[in-house]
Amino acid sequence: MDLQTLTYIVVGSTFALYIGIAFWARASSTSEFYVAGKGVHPVANGMATAADWMSAASFISMAGLIAYNGYGASVFLMGWTGGYVLLAMLLAPYLRKFGKFTVPEFIGDRYYSQAARIVAVICLILASITYVIGQMKGIGVAFSRFLETSYELGLYVGMGIVFIYAVLGGMKGVTYTQIAQYVVLIFAYTVPAIFISLNLTGNPIPQLGLAGTMTDGSGMTMLDKLDLVVTELGFKEYTTQVMGSTLNMFAYTVSLMIGTAGLPHVIIRFFTVPKVRDARSSAGWALVFIAILYTTAPSVGSMARLNLMQTIQTGPVGDVTANLVYEERPQWFKNWEKTGLLKFEDKNGDGRIQYYDEKGLGEKATGFGWKGNEMVKVDRDIMVLANPEIANLPNWVIALVAAGGLAAALSTAAGLLLAISSSISHDLLKGTFTPNISEKNELMAGRIAMAGSIFLAGYLGLHPPGFAAGTVAIAFGLAAASIFPALMMGIFNKKMNSAGAVAGMIAGISVTMFYVFQEKGILFIPGTAEMLQWEGYTKSWFMGISVNAFGAVGAVVNFVVAYVVSKMTAPPPEHIQHLVEDVRVPRGAGSATGH
Amino acid sequence: MSSNSASAYWAANLRLIVTCLVIWFVVSYGFGILLVEQLNTIQLGGVKLGFWFAQQGSIYVFVALIFFYASRMNKLDREHGVQED
Repeated sequence: MDLQTLTYIVVGSTFALYIGIAFWARASSTSEFYVAGKGVHPVANGMATAADWMSAASFISMAGLIAYNGYGASVFLMGWTGGYVLLAMLLAPYLRKFGKFTVPEFIGDRYYSQAARIVAVICLILASITYVIGQMKGIGVAFSRFLETSYELGLYVGMGIVFIYAVLGGMKGVTYTQIAQYVVLIFAYTVPAIFISLNLTGNPIPQLGLAGTMTDGSGMTMLDKLDLVVTELGFKEYTTQVMGSTLNMFAYTVSLMIGTAGLPHVIIRFFTVPKVRDARSSAGWALVFIAILYTTAPSVGSMARLNLMQTIQTGPVGDVTANLVYEERPQWFKNWEKTGLLKFEDKNGDGRIQYYDEKGLGEKATGFGWKGNEMVKVDRDIMVLANPEIANLPNWVIALVAAGGLAAALSTAAGLLLAISSSISHDLLKGTFTPNISEKNELMAGRIAMAGSIFLAGYLGLHPPGFAAGTVAIAFGLAAASIFPALMMGIFNKKMNSAGAVAGMIAGISVTMFYVFQEKGILFIPGTAEMLQWEGYTKSWFMGISVNAFGAVGAVVNFVVAYVVSKMTAPPPEHIQHLVEDVRVPRGAGSATGH
Repeated sequence: MSSNSASAYWAANLRLIVTCLVIWFVVSYGFGILLVEQLNTIQLGGVKLGFWFAQQGSIYVFVALIFFYASRMNKLDREHGVQED
């Protein structure tokens, strides 16, 4: 059977599975629905959280960034896992005890202020929409390859499917569907990794294969071999290359970690576990299931890079016959060329492909008769999807990866869109501006908000501000600079008052947005960045910290402004201080309630 | 529950959090970023140690830390009589 047919069958049957489970669970769970707070077991909740959490950025994009940034991409690995430690210790159990359904509700109640609630909603919407843009990039890449079409057309098809998927809503809300999605996703990620690890190092466990020795007879370790292959072509050494500076990597990791602990769709999961103690362990289980993918990713990234390099550079660098003849390029190469995400240009007209770093190789390349790097575009986001093809794995593995990538991207995009629409219809309209809105109109407003967000995110996804994982990193920065400090001070600082929290959130998100828009354009609209730039503007002007890492600075600004303002204004009323004391102990936790 | 016991419980919780977060910081920001060059001179199997902590080791420690914290807190809840049910 040819690959295309097989992919349709595998993708189609996984979708049928999700829909089937959604219907089955709906029929049997109506009674459970009313037993509020009964919830699901922490292990099951952890698995569902993991599926919810791991998006196109984790599945499709991250290993590609690892492949090209080597050690530098460690910021994603540590940043997107370390945040769970903060969640488990600093937020989840206390927010569970507080027992409300949404993050803006907690902020509104704790800071006894509608203004605080509205500011929180706006921050959440900004972060979530940025997040969806990143998903759209991943979805566009996946569909363009899947349908063998251009990235743009793939994105339009993806937008349509996300819309249907998100409007069906129920599919998202059912924990068992997410467990199925997790199984598909993790299977699709680890199976090719096992094959490739076995091929290269003879070790079936990718985590150990990373430290393994090559089976090609060179006797070198896999990473030493990779270091050698890339440095010979002028690229930076894989295991030591940094992303920006050490300070930038530090800030980047901080931003992703506290952003994780500030994103609403993750926090909400801990509101509905049965007990406070479950909120603690549930974060641990979520991280176990996330770690299975995250500890595999370094092997996927490094081995994909090695395979790609060796496919194009088949022998010693400088040997004329050691470069792949373009006409003899493999099928995966041709397929990805169709999407426009992989581009070749025969600069020296020899019909062979030279793929190297011009700056790194310098004069040496001229000596070989090379006239520039001919792989003019290698989109990082194609690496995971192309990886099994590059490694010549069986077709069913390739089809499986397509299904896994779509599951990851669609589930997270749908979840975020639901969060956006509910914060507009529930927190903003019903909770603040039009309390008497009918249920029907509330739902309608939610749908309109969802359609609007998809359209906006899709439009911006045509010219995404970066690779999927990079764009998502900006979303985390926005959450880090606004929500996390407000939540943390709400629990750990009894004297933090409304004025301080509001000023902190506004200051934190404003400086972060300014810094991001200065490079990426106002609301990421291409061509608008210049309006914010002054003469002599350079990228990453603030201590060399990149826009993706700036959330850490925004968070510091938030903390400082909030603290100073709270010292200058009246302390919170007595009953709020009692509320904070009550949130700190597990005893007396009721079930979660809405307003 | 008296306010005395409540503040003792909270203080014990804070001590535990600080201990865990120190370890959290050391394995990721310490071993993975700030001290990576020094640790990279040591090989663990076929990987440089600093690189390993940044891409593997820190994640394993994070998982262990959360379960450690959860079990200690469950014990602390009972000691101070603030557990649920």
